[in-house]
Amino acid sequence: MKIMVAIKRVIDYAVKIRVKPDKTGVETTNVKMSMNPFCEIALEEALRIRESGLASEVIAVSMGPQQCVDTLRTGLAMGADRGIHVDTRDTLFPLSVAKLLRALIDVEKPQLLILGKQAIDDDCNQTGQMLAGLLNWPQGTFASKVVLDKQKQIVTVDREVDGGLETLCLDLPAIITTDLRLNQPRYATLPNIMKAKSKVIKKFTPEELNVKIKSDLEIVQVNEPPKRKAGVIVSSVDELVDKLKNEARVI
Amino acid sequence: LSTLVLAEHEGGSINAPSVSAVEAAKSLSDDNSVSILLAGSGPSLREAAEHAASCHPYISQVLMADSDKLTYPLAEPWARLVHLVQQRGSYSHIVTASGSFGKNILPRAAALLDVSPITDVIEISGSHKFVRPIYAGNALCTVRYTGSDPCMLSIRSTSFPVAPISDNARSDAAPISQVDLSTFGEDAIGKSRYIKLSSQNSERPDLGNARVVITGGRALKSAENFKMIEKLAEKLGAAVGATRAAVDAGFVPNDLQVGQTGKIVAPELYMAFGVSGAIQHLAGMRDSKVIVAVNKDADAPIFQVADYGLVGDLFEVIPELLEKLPEKK
Repeated sequence: MKIMVAIKRVIDYAVKIRVKPDKTGVETTNVKMSMNPFCEIALEEALRIRESGLASEVIAVSMGPQQCVDTLRTGLAMGADRGIHVDTRDTLFPLSVAKLLRALIDVEKPQLLILGKQAIDDDCNQTGQMLAGLLNWPQGTFASKVVLDKQKQIVTVDREVDGGLETLCLDLPAIITTDLRLNQPRYATLPNIMKAKSKVIKKFTPEELNVKIKSDLEIVQVNEPPKRKAGVIVSSVDELVDKLKNEARVI
Repeated sequence: LSTLVLAEHEGGSINAPSVSAVEAAKSLSDDNSVSILLAGSGPSLREAAEHAASCHPYISQVLMADSDKLTYPLAEPWARLVHLVQQRGSYSHIVTASGSFGKNILPRAAALLDVSPITDVIEISGSHKFVRPIYAGNALCTVRYTGSDPCMLSIRSTSFPVAPISDNARSDAAPISQVDLSTFGEDAIGKSRYIKLSSQNSERPDLGNARVVITGGRALKSAENFKMIEKLAEKLGAAVGATRAAVDAGFVPNDLQVGQTGKIVAPELYMAFGVSGAIQHLAGMRDSKVIVAVNKDADAPIFQVADYGLVGDLFEVIPELLEKLPEKK
């Protein structure tokens, strides 16, 4: 059984982002880029399933400009068997990503596709659900536990929902999107980073996959959020209680 | 315009975020007819539909889809349902609250309709122009939808507060009609099965809608100590929240997590104890009206957003507060 994992190259989570002065977006030149943390979790889960003997191969996929290959190399160094890069300079919204992934699924025929629940740049939280809809596959989103039963061809997923934890059972093939608590991703070791250099990354263009990049969204402007007014430091509990009662009038 | 609001209901009434979604639909245009879609099975659905019919003056129609296949909020049948209802009603917009329910279903339904949905809208500046947070709220992005109908949105309920309306505010309830499910596709349905929901039942107000939220961070050090937060919450009639660090350390269950990856809250009073103020946490509470922070570390980033900061040991401050705060009204 093959598992496919989608990984996205984003601004490193530890970088404090800056909005460009012309408000067209966020500064990305000379900014550290990394694999989206939710995608790392997705890849880690796929690797653990393979290591437990339930899958034979893990394929990492990334989409976008040439630099995505660096992110794919990181994925290969973590342990993915091979990579696929969909090479495009077009702006990709989740619907296009989902269509490109569907085309790759037609080529590779994986039984399980694991994605991060959202990317920490656009925070969309859409691609996995959209792909599941396009394929007519069942979906287990925001997963914090995944148990695969190869014999019965099912996967049991604990999902983090507003009211607690929801457990679902899905028939394979299925789509899973990962939440933060699913696992702790591994670091790539130096020998594995070296090994990753010889692993294969296949390249596709959207045209080769017969996918038209649709753009039905337009980014008008990106702004800094309004700053909160600096508050006051009170010196005692008495002062705090007094302020809350008589100034803010919230208690 | 005509808008379909996808609503979530529980125990015979639609939930507060779904009413906020109606409120958001109202700000799309002055000329907008709003239908609200409820699905499920059995008497609680009928009860919820009746509640929906009179919960907001802006609702012109309640659509009720009653089927065993819709008993649980599984994305596969629900997305199919939204697709079916859209094909019949040709709505210009579909709106839902961006909780785990809406985020699970809306994108799937959008893919079936071949349109791009817009997640986490916090401001509506025209029927096709919206503002949404990106980078965990560190930037705000204005987007214009240029695609074909329907324009699909999930909205942050805390950004669309509903003015309190008494149950009798509408003299005439909106008409309720049953959705004809005779052509309801079977294809994806049955490939996913609901097993259970492990919820944390609590007497306290719901975190997402509470007037006061008391949050504890890693500095609480243990689940035992976290009970101090709960005690304080009880005294103020508040909901309890936690940081991701406190949840990961096992002090409290994950449904109490406030932040980018947890719940987004905007109460009148937010009190944070032993919370450092990571950007992901701030993204979940920065819209609170009054923020109080208590932390030993005077340099903690939480103080930059707090209206009232107190530098001190929470193990001394909380007992003193318990003594000095007035009982809830």
